[in-house]
Amino acid sequence: MPEMLSVKNLRIEVTARQPDGTATNLVLVDDVSFDVGKGRVLGLIGESGAGKSTIGLSALAYGRGGVRIEGGQILLDGQDIAKLGLRGIRAVRGARVAYVAQSAAAAFNPAHKLGRQVIEASIRHGIMTRAEATKRAAYLFGILGLPDPDTFGERFPHQVSGGQLQRAMTAMALCANPELIVFDEPTTALDVTTQIEVLAAIKHAIVETQTAALYITHDLAVVAQISDDIMVLRHGKTVEYGSTRQIIEAPREDYTKALVSIRQTMRQEALPSDDAQLRVAGMTAGYSAMDVLHDVSLILPKGQTLAVVGESGSGKSTLARVITGLLQPKAGAVSFNGAALPPARKDRSREQLRRIQMIYQMADTAMNPRQKIRDIVGRPLTLYFGMRGKAKTERVKELLDQIEMGPQFLDRFPAELSGGQKQRIAIARALAAKPELILCDEPTSALDPLVAEGILKLLLRLQEETAVSYLFITHDIAIVRAIADRVAVMHRGKVVREGVKSAVLSPPFDDYTDLLLRSVPEMEIGWLERVLDGRRVVTQVPGAAMELERS
Amino acid sequence: MTLRSMPMSARIGLAGILLVFACAIFAPVIAPYDESAIVGEVWAPMGGDFLLGTDNLGRDLLSRLIYGARATLFVALSATVISFSIGMFLSFTAVVSGGVVDQLLSRLNDLLMSVPALILALVVLAVLPQNIWILIVVMAVIDSTRVYRVGRAVALDVSVMDFVEAAWLRGEGKLWIIFREILPNTLAPLLGEFGLRFAFSILFLSTLSFLGLGIQPPIADWGGMVKDNKDGIIFGVSASLTPGAAIAFLVVCVNLVVDWLINTTSSLKGARDNA
Repeated sequence: MPEMLSVKNLRIEVTARQPDGTATNLVLVDDVSFDVGKGRVLGLIGESGAGKSTIGLSALAYGRGGVRIEGGQILLDGQDIAKLGLRGIRAVRGARVAYVAQSAAAAFNPAHKLGRQVIEASIRHGIMTRAEATKRAAYLFGILGLPDPDTFGERFPHQVSGGQLQRAMTAMALCANPELIVFDEPTTALDVTTQIEVLAAIKHAIVETQTAALYITHDLAVVAQISDDIMVLRHGKTVEYGSTRQIIEAPREDYTKALVSIRQTMRQEALPSDDAQLRVAGMTAGYSAMDVLHDVSLILPKGQTLAVVGESGSGKSTLARVITGLLQPKAGAVSFNGAALPPARKDRSREQLRRIQMIYQMADTAMNPRQKIRDIVGRPLTLYFGMRGKAKTERVKELLDQIEMGPQFLDRFPAELSGGQKQRIAIARALAAKPELILCDEPTSALDPLVAEGILKLLLRLQEETAVSYLFITHDIAIVRAIADRVAVMHRGKVVREGVKSAVLSPPFDDYTDLLLRSVPEMEIGWLERVLDGRRVVTQVPGAAMELERS
Repeated sequence: MTLRSMPMSARIGLAGILLVFACAIFAPVIAPYDESAIVGEVWAPMGGDFLLGTDNLGRDLLSRLIYGARATLFVALSATVISFSIGMFLSFTAVVSGGVVDQLLSRLNDLLMSVPALILALVVLAVLPQNIWILIVVMAVIDSTRVYRVGRAVALDVSVMDFVEAAWLRGEGKLWIIFREILPNTLAPLLGEFGLRFAFSILFLSTLSFLGLGIQPPIADWGGMVKDNKDGIIFGVSASLTPGAAIAFLVVCVNLVVDWLINTTSSLKGARDNA
């Protein structure tokens, strides 16, 4: 069988210019080769900076800002796309190779209706007439499980949900009947319960249309559900390339083994204790007229971890804002060590503020980019304990040591650190205040899996050393299993289930917890089908199939 | 931020600014004639005794240009620096305080901006005694309304960042938030605005001089010299173009340096964008 896309010894470089005018050559992709056949899916997996997206975009002969293909060949149906010239490439893009981006919300023009954008490429390339394209779009909406396929295209992007938008974008890519589709992390920005629907829809659509696909992601469990082959990339090089079954069940390289075995840590929960560090009672809060939290009550015992889990929009982060005093509740109270906390931040004493510290999701924005690590970590020391000069530097070094980073980082700026290092610095800043409670707002969700695992281990070790309590906000059940003592499941501003971890995560479940638990991808081939059997998400539209001959 | 890492364009700009400063400081030494002495015929051509020719009263243009650097540089630069100090401090205070303070300051600013700048300056300067410091302060206050607008916009962007929230939660005071958290992160756009505002200050000063409320004759200033000699253009005399070129030269030099400053102050954030 001839391969649809055949990449041979691909080498991609970029020239980076420093502010002082010197230019350095960076190799983004080095000696990568793979083949994708018709109706097959190749999963490209790796951490950020591994060159996944660069490879994906090179299949469209496109490079972001100054990226050049320096060596190797990209053959699309036997034709070298590097030799096509500008006109030839324009004929390929959107017609023969299509691209599905991570953020569908940013990729659609909000001023035009969805249908018009979905069929645009097909009409521009002269592949179909408007009537044909509209009919095909309706057919695709159907197989992608979108509601009212015939009229779905009449809606504007803001009138549909994030998951539907991502599926509409897949329809846009499929509309011109391309030979190859590049999916660039299409489900990363979605909630788990939405992700599963989109995954199922994409898988179904690929089977129906017999298109070849590249599926780029950092989540091995996701790619295991959808791809036939997997290529593991690291620093632009191939680590391992093989069938999905081989990669998941018998990985050869250490790096792949680490990726596969991730998230299998599980912590024994601590014994229930009546000595409450933090108690939230009857909390109702929101912005202007809208209530985001409804009558929320929680207990966090001293030295333990309470995981608050839920999808985006469930009110998790609002809860943290209320506890810190950034948002004043409409009803209810927060008590800390048995004493009531003033509801507003500015009514709290510096001592009260010191005891509750916060770690943010985006370490990038949580640290002043103009301050050195020395000042970022050292500031709480001066503010709370009046430390200065040498004593302060020594303490900062101690803290850096505690988070497994050395004194060589003292005079660096946050931009000079990797994502995981930044999050460690944020943890050191929180620790510097000697807090009794740390609020962690999704501290690992922006990190690569292996780095996130390191951060979780660090947090657990610090808890053993300092007996600090954590209120850990997350959407990831695997993290909850790994670190929590108590769990609160939130849905639409209400706590639907709360208690010790073993009780919350074992049956009988309420409907929402059941859905949430069943939506988390597992590192197992065939998991998607198994879950879908119990839950029909893809509704097929019979009789709408349409044959399109490519001339 | 060392001299060695300076690109060529910034070096040229810095050299130009230093040249103008040298002219201003050593004017009596460098200038061939006194600034107000009538030494030749009206609008003499370039060359001979008068390197750049003479002006509408027969004064040496080169000497007036050198002396003019004093008034121009001093008034425009002080007015811009003061307007930035006022505008940035008030706008940052408004953002950090929010609520009533923000509303009050912003609406007062709108009120001041709703009166055309020139008319406001005319009225105020006509009432107050003629004094170079009063001129500077009036120019600065009027200009600070524009700085306030820009300052508030950029500070609002920064003030919603997590690190500012973290500073509030740490229990920091308003001054710390303004000067340590927000200011360093708004420098790049504000420096760019500074280069632009400086140029406008020179032009505004020349407009005021033209209306008789700016720098008083016989003291030379570049804007005033353009105005004095503008009628010469009809007769093909280039006397008004020379001070005009001097203004352009200074503004370009200031902006070359400012561009470099923007690059160095924003490169921390942008360092990873190149990768």
